[in-house]
Order: sequence, then structure tokens, then C-alpha cells
Amino acid sequence: MSQSKQQVFRLNTGGRIDRSRTLSFTFNGQRYQGHPGDTLASALLANGVDIVNRSFKYSRPRGIVAAGAEEPNAIVQLGSSEAAQVPNVRATQQALYEGLAASSTNGWPNVQRDLMGLFGKLGGQFMPPGFYYKTFMAPASMWLTYEKYIRKAAGLGRSPMEADPDNYNHFNQHCDVLVVGAGAAGLAAALAAARSGARVMVADEQEEMGGSLLASRETLEDKLADQWVARVLDELAGCENVTLLPRTTANGYHDHNFVTLHERRTEHLSDTAPVENGHRQVRARLHRVRAGQVILSTGAHERPLVYAGNDVPGNMLAGAVSTYIRRYGVAPGRKLVLSTSNDYGYRAALDWKEAGCEVVAIVDAREAPASDWVDAARAQGIKIITGSAVIEAKGSNRVTAARVAKIDIVAFKVSGPVQELACDTIASSGGYSPVIHLASHTGARPTWRDDIIGFVPGLVKGVQACGGVNGTYALGDVLAEGVEAGIKAAAAMGHAVQTVTLPSAERLQQGPAVALFQVPHEKPTLRGPKQFVDLQNDVTAAGIELATREGFESIEHIKRYTAMGFGTDQGKLGNINGMAIAARCLKRSIPEVGTTVFRPNYTPVTFGAIVGRHCRDLFDPERYTALHQWHVERGAEFEDVGQWKRPWYYPQKRAGAVNGERESMAEAVARECLAVREKVGILDASTLGKIDIQGPDAREFLARIYTNKWEKLAVGKCRYGLMCKDDGMVTDDGVTSCLADNHFLMTTTTGGAAAILEWLELWHQTEWPELDVYFSSVTDHWATMTITGPEARKLLAEISDIDLDRDSFKFMDWRSGKVAGVPARVFRISFTGELTFEINVQANYAMHVWQTLFKHGEKYGLTPYGTETMHVLRAEKGFIIVGQETDGSVTPEDLGMQWCVGYDKPYSWIGKRALTRSDTKRENRKQLVGLRPKDPKVVLEEGAQIVLDPKHAIPMPMVGHVTSSYYSPILDSGFALAVVKGGHQKLGDTVYLPMADGQTHEAEIVSTIFYDPKGERQHV
Amino acid sequence: MFYIYCPYCGEHREEEEFHPKGQAHIERPKEPEACSDEEWGNYLFFRDNPRGVHHEMWVHAVGCRKFFNVTRHTVSYEILETYKMGEQPSITADSQSQAREGAAVSQQEGVRA
Repeated sequence: MSQSKQQVFRLNTGGRIDRSRTLSFTFNGQRYQGHPGDTLASALLANGVDIVNRSFKYSRPRGIVAAGAEEPNAIVQLGSSEAAQVPNVRATQQALYEGLAASSTNGWPNVQRDLMGLFGKLGGQFMPPGFYYKTFMAPASMWLTYEKYIRKAAGLGRSPMEADPDNYNHFNQHCDVLVVGAGAAGLAAALAAARSGARVMVADEQEEMGGSLLASRETLEDKLADQWVARVLDELAGCENVTLLPRTTANGYHDHNFVTLHERRTEHLSDTAPVENGHRQVRARLHRVRAGQVILSTGAHERPLVYAGNDVPGNMLAGAVSTYIRRYGVAPGRKLVLSTSNDYGYRAALDWKEAGCEVVAIVDAREAPASDWVDAARAQGIKIITGSAVIEAKGSNRVTAARVAKIDIVAFKVSGPVQELACDTIASSGGYSPVIHLASHTGARPTWRDDIIGFVPGLVKGVQACGGVNGTYALGDVLAEGVEAGIKAAAAMGHAVQTVTLPSAERLQQGPAVALFQVPHEKPTLRGPKQFVDLQNDVTAAGIELATREGFESIEHIKRYTAMGFGTDQGKLGNINGMAIAARCLKRSIPEVGTTVFRPNYTPVTFGAIVGRHCRDLFDPERYTALHQWHVERGAEFEDVGQWKRPWYYPQKRAGAVNGERESMAEAVARECLAVREKVGILDASTLGKIDIQGPDAREFLARIYTNKWEKLAVGKCRYGLMCKDDGMVTDDGVTSCLADNHFLMTTTTGGAAAILEWLELWHQTEWPELDVYFSSVTDHWATMTITGPEARKLLAEISDIDLDRDSFKFMDWRSGKVAGVPARVFRISFTGELTFEINVQANYAMHVWQTLFKHGEKYGLTPYGTETMHVLRAEKGFIIVGQETDGSVTPEDLGMQWCVGYDKPYSWIGKRALTRSDTKRENRKQLVGLRPKDPKVVLEEGAQIVLDPKHAIPMPMVGHVTSSYYSPILDSGFALAVVKGGHQKLGDTVYLPMADGQTHEAEIVSTIFYDPKGERQHV
Repeated sequence: MFYIYCPYCGEHREEEEFHPKGQAHIERPKEPEACSDEEWGNYLFFRDNPRGVHHEMWVHAVGCRKFFNVTRHTVSYEILETYKMGEQPSITADSQSQAREGAAVSQQEGVRA
């Protein structure tokens, strides 16, 4: 097939495309052709594809409207394979490549013949703003059902179901001057800053830098402006102090000049990154830039006029028409009617005419427009209809005619007869809206300027705006502003600037624009045909008017009620028109109605770019103990505790199993528990937080930070300590040992290690700097192996030179010596209630010691156990776990741990005062108790709520909940710890635990100590 | 993301290295037992929430581990100064309002949509 037949709207000459090469692509399964240099949108237009999507709510056919980031309709799903799927890509920003495969995100079953269209058209008038809120509210339980169908019908794109094969990087960058947007203003600014020697970064979202100059009719130094662009880019590319980032969108402008740039490195080449020399290229980079100065030269978006039927395919922005003709060599129709409120729109008509197509008429809302642009159009013999506007577009799948009439803007009415002009394209221009999105990310409020009929950005420290974003549109002025911004930014960073000579620009005489947003129709807005304000979210002028009538006055509320400015569009085309309509209805000015503040991101960013390398194995770091490999080889199941991987339990092959079947968790835990109670078990406790505390005031510090006493703890002794916050609530616990008179080793919970170190530093640095004390984390330096059980002493005696005699090495003592030939500290403390030695050795010796223990331990039945068994054993003894028995609202007294509180210590330690507050003294606080289920087979659910009267009507008064619950192999019964209101006075009472399945469990309140209540076993 | 000058390291570092620790200059009463419940409650729970200049404590958590103070504008988020623990701020709400008398407010508020 010949090219001309395929690309019927492609012009024979012009544009920045390479006609010598042809690329083929598919859209909704159809094959088409385009050229290098095309975007998907320009290629679709070249092929005469009118309908690219169905609208969100009414399912109306929609075509391409714009040529850049502001495109609301041409949102496509990209990807030729499942893994390559990318939703919500703007066809206007997607470069064409060979084999590109795209489809519409909206339209079910397809865009051409759409079932929803029928419903949308019939139901259109029954779908006012708030329709979904109002219609699908009740019953609430049905929402999930409704939502599924609403989403399917709306079509919001879909994520891939297979893993992304691509790589993404994050770069941390610093520069003196970051220039956002490389149009006329940005390039001038970059040039000025670059010549000063400042480190400059230039980010531009398009395939090529140059912005509007790439498609401009205007000249610089008597040559077309794109030649100046090429020269400037050449110079910048040759500067060592300049980084040029094309295809890079500044998506978020955060505090203190921190800007995130999303650089797409391969998305113009293929849908997954190409592989070169066996290496897959990086698909995208997220640059995290800390800039000294930011120059916003983001330009302006043209604002469409709001008239009836303005969403029918064939309605376009005037500037987009020019861009498609001049940059892509595509005339998106044959017969044009232009509706404009200003001179800028005229360029579309002139470009259209030059492309050899018919301009039916320019319809100018101004009574007597007069300027060089108007003269140029007249000289081309183009008919100009003044004081008028296109009030309605006719057509369903493509524009067939424009209805044009005289309008009275002030009275907001049609003031003359309507004529119908046959055409296939209506271009409109309501002036420009500066792209203030990034500036408003900083929280700075934009300012309305009547003279440019638009908002200009508010600016925080260290940022400047120049060119279109500043409401400056004449090319000569734009360049001058750019240079000035570049000089100022460089100077602010201490770089002196040489003078920059501006290229001479044509000075065209401009006529004033008229403020026109919504065009009046013969019928009132609420009864006339739909006039779309936000095409992506199907928000109409009538919808906004209705919202104001229903009492919504704040633009923020109108936005939420109508969904204007939602979605991936974020109000780029519609927001100002919407505010103008609200202002008209509320009889206020636009700045009085306010502006919605745009949020990051400016355009959608893929998760890949956001995540960078922080995925898969690098998603979250894992911490391993020195013994990890042994646990892995032993087949341990692991539990995540913070970032640590801790052995949870060690399932063994079932005795007599033919197919290597392993124990269940319950079986393994029961075996491990009994081994500890009857023989000896071993736990890798290396993850416990360890803080080395030194200094003459270390002891005094401990006395202030812990609830209990420390002044008499002798060298060689250990003590359990409880830590509170100053509100009196338990925050950590652990054993601290006196290594020397000025030297202590504190242990903390595994999860609390970092926070407790910071807590100690907080008090030392802020309240008690006079105390001479130092803290170091030694968690990773020492490996801890806990051997526990009746045979522990015999085992340790075989490989240690320490005197283990029960009378010389008592419970709560520690000794140093050799274990398995290496220096060790051995602590006689117990978290199981059994005879226990905690062996600490330098972490790099740990494996040797561990293996030596097993070599000698086999005859004693040495059994490795994990955290689950540790939990069961400690709970049998009533030992708490901070964060399980406590939740930040539990005092030492609630835990029944008054024995661990030094009420008469001289210093008012952290938490003491709070224990006499009225609330902490209150009776009926939740207090820790034991629960024994009446049916020993029952293991209560952790978190289960406790009630006193199971016959009470729902909602029953809840008096507490289960904090820990297990099956105890040694007791052959379920048992639990719980907090119960006034529980310490309720020993022997029966409580009830109603479950979700309708059962109610009965349990008796008992002591928290279920096993060996006198604590004899740990003293043997 | 803030860019914070650590007065101990003497360098600007990214916010990721720091943890905020709430209002600065909260002093623990010297004799807690002499405080009424209300006084103790105020010390424990009540904090300022000013619109404008605010003194905050931060810690250089993954840097030098030092606590220090930050004077920050809660509307513009501008950090006006940082200073060491035990030092007093040179910029306060009072000094700011005096400096600003007669001058236009350059930092404007924003509504987060």
C-alpha cells in the first residue's frame, strides 16, 4: 500500500519527521504507519483516526484535542506483551517506534461500537454531578459490586499481570541552576546561566527541546526560530557544566528546591528497554535534584473555549492544529472553522491555509479585532466573522458543522441569528493558562492577572519564572525574561554572568484579547446541549452550574463534587474555565472563587521509576545473624522481626514419614518446648539489642532511665530493668549487666534496639548533659547463644573454663571466660524459667562456638528452638513481651510488676511522676492476668475481646483482650495472657470470649505464672 | 524534602538523615513531684501548633546522632536557622513580626488540594 493512501492526512512537505523511513504500529488491533519523529497522536491523526477513546462517564466518542501534556482524551494502554503493559500514556507524548502497540483505555467492548455509549446518551441527563455518590450509596454492602461494573465501564487502564523486565535508576543530583522547560525562555535562561560557569541542568518533557519554537511561524534573526534552537542546543551540549535532559518531566517540586525529574530513556525506542551487548538498558531514571536555584520556564497551555458539542472528535486547540501541521506534517482535517478570543489563535488558520486546506472562517469574539495577525489573515483572503463565536459543534463521531452566532459576552447570551458552517475541524482558543503546576506544588498561591486573563505562579525562595508561565508571550520579551532569569539565578549562586546578546525577534503588533471562557448558547446552560469543561472527567458547564445551585461555593468543594481536575489530567485544560463558570454563577470574580492548587505529579510516573532499584531483593534490607546459614541448612522457617530474619521453628522430618514429610509448626514447637523443659535447648538470641554504656555516671543514668534501682548492682551481676516513657507507660525491658564499675551492657527488645539508643541519647543530650556517660550499639558485634534446660550446665561445663558451680555462679550473675576456646561472656539469666546460660561471643566466632555446642550436645539431646517456642516458654512463666502484653497504655503496675519499681529512688526517674496521675491511679485499669480456658483443648485467639456477661445484648461491654495465647505442651492445655479491667482483683472469676463464628469460650482468670510458680527450676 | 544544616556536622544534609522530635525547648520540670496533675499533663501532652515561626527539635539520626534545634516557618516550610542543644534561637516569632512590619508578606499560604 502506498504511503499517501495510508496516511491520508499527512502533508507532502514540512514537519520534523523523517519521511524516508516508515514505522508500522497498531492501535486497537488495526495496523497503521507513521514516521520517525511522529508521536502516536500525530500518526493517528495522519491516518485519519478520529475516535481514540470513550469518555469516562457518558461514554461519548472522543478525539485528540491537544499536542502535549495537556491532552485529556488520547490516554492509551501501551504494550505489545503482558509484561510491557503501561496504562494512562498520553498519545501526544509517546514517540512512535516500530511495532508500537496501543489501545484505548476506555470503551467497552470497543471505542467504535460502545455499549456504554447508548447508556451514556440515554442516561446523560440522569447523570448529574454527584451521580455516583447519590445513586450507588445504598445499600453500602453493594458498593463493591457496583464499583466493579463502574470501573469496567469507565476503563481506567490496567497494570501488567507479569513482572516488569526493566530496570530503573534513581540519581541524586545537585546543581546551581535547574531550568525546567526548554522552550524559548528556558533555553535563553540556560544559555545565560551556562555562560557564567554555574552547574546547570535543563529538563524538558518533549522528545526534542525547543518547545513552541519547533513549530513556530516566527523568526529569530530572520530565520525560522527552530534554527536558533539548534544553535543554542549545540552550545549547551558542548558545555561541561551543563546537563541536558530531554524526555524528562519535572513532576514534583518539593520543599527547599528539591525537584524530582522523570527521565524516560528508552520509551521512544520500544515498550521494554532494548538489550545491548547482553545488558538491558535502563528504561527510566528518577533524578532527585537539590537545586540552588530553580527557573520555571514551563510555558503555557492554550485554553479551549467551552461551547456545546465541544467534545465531538474534530474539536481541537488552535495551537495543537498548528503544531500538528508545522512539527509533524499532519493537517488533522480538510475544512477548518477557528473560534478565538485573541490574536494567537490566528496562527492556526494561517498554518492551515498554508498547508493547502480550506479555512471556512475565523470566528473572533472581539467586535473589531485589529492587529498584524488579523491583517495577515485578511491578506490571505480568510473570512473573519467578528463579535461572534462557535456556539455549537454538530456531528457525532466527527465534527460536520459549526453553528456560529453573534454573542453578548457581558449579558452571557446569543445576540444574533445562527448560521451553520460546514466543516470537519473546529479549532478554538480562549487564550493561555500559564503552567503553574510545579510552582503550586510548593504551596505558593498563584496570582490572577486581569491583563493576561490567567494565573501566574506564586514563588517561594530560590525560584524564578520566565516566559509563558509568567504570562509573557511575545517572543522578544520571552527571550529577554529568560536571559534575565538565567543571570539572576547564576548570580545568586555566586557566578558572574557575561552579557548575552539576544537574537532579534519580529515585533508583531498584538491586539487585546477578550475574556471568554464559556460561550453562551441559545438555550440556558442547564437545558442546552452539553458544554464540556473537563473532558477527561466528563465535567460540563451545567454540572458546575448545578453544583453552585446546590450550595457548593468553594472551588475546592465544586472540584470534589464534580470531579473537575481529577485523574491523570489534574485540570490542565479545564480548571480555569471551570472556575470562570463558577465565578459567573456565583457572581464573583475568578480570583474570588480561588484556584485549586495542583499536586504532584504533573504527569503520571510509572511505579518502576518511583521504585528504582528498591524492589525485589533490595525492597527492604534483611538482617542476618552470624548463624543464619546454619539455620537455613537446618531447614528453619523464619520470622521477620523488624528487618531481622529469626528462626521461627525447626521442622524435622516426621518419624516414619515415607515421602520426607516434615512436622507441622505445632508439632515442631511442642517437640522444641519439651526438649527445653526436659533436656536442653538452644536459641540464637543474637538479635537482642545490645547497648554498651560507659562513663562515671553510667549507673546514675540507668537509675534515671529505668524504673528500678541500680546503685547496688555489683560487678558480675545482672538485673532485669523496665523502662517507661514520662507518661508512665512501659516502653522497653531487658537485662542490664554490670561489666565494671563504670561499664554496663544493656539489652533491649529486638525491635526496640535503635529507638532505645536514640531514647538514651535524647535524655543525655537534652536534659542531663552534665552526666558523663557514653552509649554505643554493639548488637551486631556480639552473637548470643542461649542454652537452656536441666542439662545446660553439664553441656557448658564440657567446653568452658568458667566455674559453673551453682553457688559461685548464681542466677543473675555473669562471668567471663572461654567457651569452646574463645573469649566469652556468659550470663546466667533466664527467659524460659529453666537453668539458662546466655553465651555471648564476638560475632565472627559464633559459628565455631555453636557447632562445638552441637558436637558436645547431642548426648544431652540439644535441640535448636525458634522464636515460637521462646514465646510459649516465656508465656508459661508469665514473662511479658513489650509490644505484645503492652501497647503504650500499660504501666508497670498494670503488669503487676511493682517489684520492679523503685518508688523511693532519690531521682524522680522517667515515668515516676505519671504513676500518681489520676488516670494511672484509677481502679479498673486493664491489668495483666492469666487466662485458663475451661476446655483445655481451646487455644484462645490473640486479640479476642473479653466480656463478663455473654448474654448481654450486643454491643456487649468489653473488659479486655487476649494479648498472648498458646498451647502448652508441658501443661497439655491452652493458656493465655490477657489484660482485663480490674483483673488483679478478679482471680478465680470466669470470663467469656465471644468469637466471630458464634462460639463463646469460657476461661478462668488465673495467675500469669502457669509453670513452676516458685521459680525453682532456674535456680538449680 | 527538607535540606537541613546540621550545626554539629557543619553541613547541609537531606531530610532522610534526620528524625523530627517535636517541639523544642520543652524542659522537664526539675521537681516532678511538686507539679500538679495539670502541670505535669501540660508538660507531657500539650504542644504549640503555631502558624509561622516554630522551634523544633530534630536528631541527625543516621549522621552524628546529635539532637539540635530548628527554627522553621510552618507555612513556607523555610528553615530560618538551626542551632545546637542548649542554645537559644536568634529568630523568633516576635523578631520576625518586627522585621516584617511594613513589608509585604512574601511567603503565601497554599491549600493542598
